[in-house]
Amino acid sequence: MYKILKKEVLNPTVTLMDIEAPLVARKAQPGQFIILRVDEEGECIPLTVVGYDREAGSVRIIFQVVGATTVKLNQKHAGDSVCDFVGPLGMPTKLEGLKRVCIVGGGVGCAIAYPIAQKLYEMGCEVTSIIGFRSRDLLILEEEFRAVSKTLYVMTDDGSYGREGNVCVPLNEMLASGERFDEIITIGPLVMMKFVVAAARPTGIPCTVSMNPIMIDGTGMCGGCRLTLRDADGKPVTRFACVDGPDFDGYAVDFDEAMSRSAMYRDFERHAYEKTCNLFRAEGI
Amino acid sequence: MPNMSLNKNPMPTQEPGLRAHNFDEVALGYTEAAALDEAMRCLNCKHMPCVDACPVNIRIPAFIEKIRECDFEGAYQIIREASSLPAVCGRVCPQETQCESKCVRGIKGEPVGIGRLERFVADWHNAHADSVLCVPPKNGHKVAVVGSGPSGLTCAGDLAMRGYEVTVFEALHVAGGVLVYGIPEFRLPKSIVAKEVENLRAMGVKIETNIVIGKTLTVDELIGALGFEAVFIGSGAGLPSFMGIPGESLKGVYSANEFLTRSNLMKAYKEDPVTPIMKGGRVAVVGGGNVAMDAARTALRLGAEKVSIVYRRSMAELPARREEVAHAQEEGVEFLVLNNPVEILGYNNPDDRRDPQNGFVVGMRCVRMELGEPDARGRRRPEEIPGSEYVLDADTVIMSIGTSPNPLIKSTTSGLAVNERGGIIVNEETGATTREGVYAGGDAVTGAATVISAMGAGKTAARAIDAYLRGNRSTVL
Repeated sequence: MYKILKKEVLNPTVTLMDIEAPLVARKAQPGQFIILRVDEEGECIPLTVVGYDREAGSVRIIFQVVGATTVKLNQKHAGDSVCDFVGPLGMPTKLEGLKRVCIVGGGVGCAIAYPIAQKLYEMGCEVTSIIGFRSRDLLILEEEFRAVSKTLYVMTDDGSYGREGNVCVPLNEMLASGERFDEIITIGPLVMMKFVVAAARPTGIPCTVSMNPIMIDGTGMCGGCRLTLRDADGKPVTRFACVDGPDFDGYAVDFDEAMSRSAMYRDFERHAYEKTCNLFRAEGI
Repeated sequence: MPNMSLNKNPMPTQEPGLRAHNFDEVALGYTEAAALDEAMRCLNCKHMPCVDACPVNIRIPAFIEKIRECDFEGAYQIIREASSLPAVCGRVCPQETQCESKCVRGIKGEPVGIGRLERFVADWHNAHADSVLCVPPKNGHKVAVVGSGPSGLTCAGDLAMRGYEVTVFEALHVAGGVLVYGIPEFRLPKSIVAKEVENLRAMGVKIETNIVIGKTLTVDELIGALGFEAVFIGSGAGLPSFMGIPGESLKGVYSANEFLTRSNLMKAYKEDPVTPIMKGGRVAVVGGGNVAMDAARTALRLGAEKVSIVYRRSMAELPARREEVAHAQEEGVEFLVLNNPVEILGYNNPDDRRDPQNGFVVGMRCVRMELGEPDARGRRRPEEIPGSEYVLDADTVIMSIGTSPNPLIKSTTSGLAVNERGGIIVNEETGATTREGVYAGGDAVTGAATVISAMGAGKTAARAIDAYLRGNRSTVL
């Protein structure tokens, strides 16, 4: 069992937890993920490592309450435990040698982007951050990003906070005015990353995306997380996000396929979500 | 006087029509009377060809003799000398290519049902015997075992019997490896695996789940900071292969590993499960091994309308255990042999790009094959029949064409050599790798093979590790 040391509600749909997992905390790097199972009857879900305290032996996760498992996880409190917590899995984000980087985060993806921005800042890199949310009440980590960024753009779809529009608006403006970066790192919904990649493509600036497909074991065993990438000759190659990723060259990723695959269990997930919500509602929680 | 019947005592099974819709065990096991009658068929040959054909050399005529004497516990103890997982092997060993293939009774008629007798004895023991194990005194040496599949459990058990302090590291949340994530409940009930694991725990073996060696910890750390004097790597062949044909990323295409793991390990077979799996419709399983049979029969039980095995060679070349093929046929699985997939087809609504059905599998384009000249290994090579392409209707396609060793350990362990297929290179006599104190066995070495051969490798390595730690340190490959 892995104890929840801290729980903090960041906004109505996003929660932060510090989980006691000393072996994972000892090795975790930005960009890596963990697999957890809430209880004996639960499913396995991957969540990206947001932070770690090697001394305290804790790993920080931030998750959006979107499905049955995250609803169940969100019912847990500090002092409770989850039954399985495995990691760190996947490859760390490659940051060596970067001097000027643009980080583009969307929604809960900002939670994954933040430790990368922080690490870059600590390396002495000049960080420009663009973080986008649907609306003001979903905003997270603004102050944290501000502390590690030379420039920070906060965007909301509805204009309720920061600038109105999506993350591509300031990115396009910067790129059009001739701003250049060593790399653009983008983490968020698939459709957002697809558009960030499209915006970056004419400039040829390396663009790294963080993929978070459906997984079970996270060690390469099931192959469910497979993605199609195009190699330099345009030939399709299959990669497993769990062991080869989760970071990939954005220009090579087949986003349409990844979006299609991510919707494989949509009906099932909706049913499971509603069932779980009803269960908690019936229990008066 | 031996029983001279040409046929084995039949194995009682659940009726095909019934079992095709439940996950209870298919084969029900011999009654005492059937076991005694079958034991009477053994001629107790002096030269014991069956023993040589067993990868762990179980003293087969001796345990059958004990059955004839109605000393079932005695029979169990004889099997246990050589095999640490009798109840598992009695169910999943390919006896027809091992012990039973050399049985003298098989020259005219059917061989003695050795596997069925082994299972009877193991089940009898589990049901009747006191499970008080004698725990040997600890000798103070620590050994780590990576992976809790058949090779790891065997190696751990044998080392614990010799007094070693053994810790098994397992990546998943339960111990058992392929015995729990791969082989379905109806062929190997999870309770049997759990019982074997419990026995190991009772012998003092520590089992640490949720630890991925190569990520959470490395082999270098096990030997260094954590103070293990030797390591056995039995991490299996986890990486699924795909064919590389168009359409393999469509929704509804699974590796057999994923399909079986969802159903077995994550319990997607239950009503209203928490882990999703595609159920029902028409299912095509590509491949002809045991895993393909398991996937096909699982799909059937999950409620498929129709399940087809698509295999590029003929029935005679199917690599699966004969009993599994027969059970699959009885249950209504269709065998499309001499067929090979060339493309998986998906739904695509030209008028609506947002149609939720877009990207789901609707069929598989196949080509018919014929067998040509034998290849280097003597197997007749399948060749396409030109112009024979057709489309097989399918909603789910399960690729069961093999697996390869997982590179996580290789890439994080210094001085560990692997072959071009990713298998760890070992001395076959000892299981020793190119790294001192590190041994390996099972599918991590051979690529996908059988439970019993993995167990054999676990035994071999346990012997060699014992010799190594007793001071004979010249066992590096």
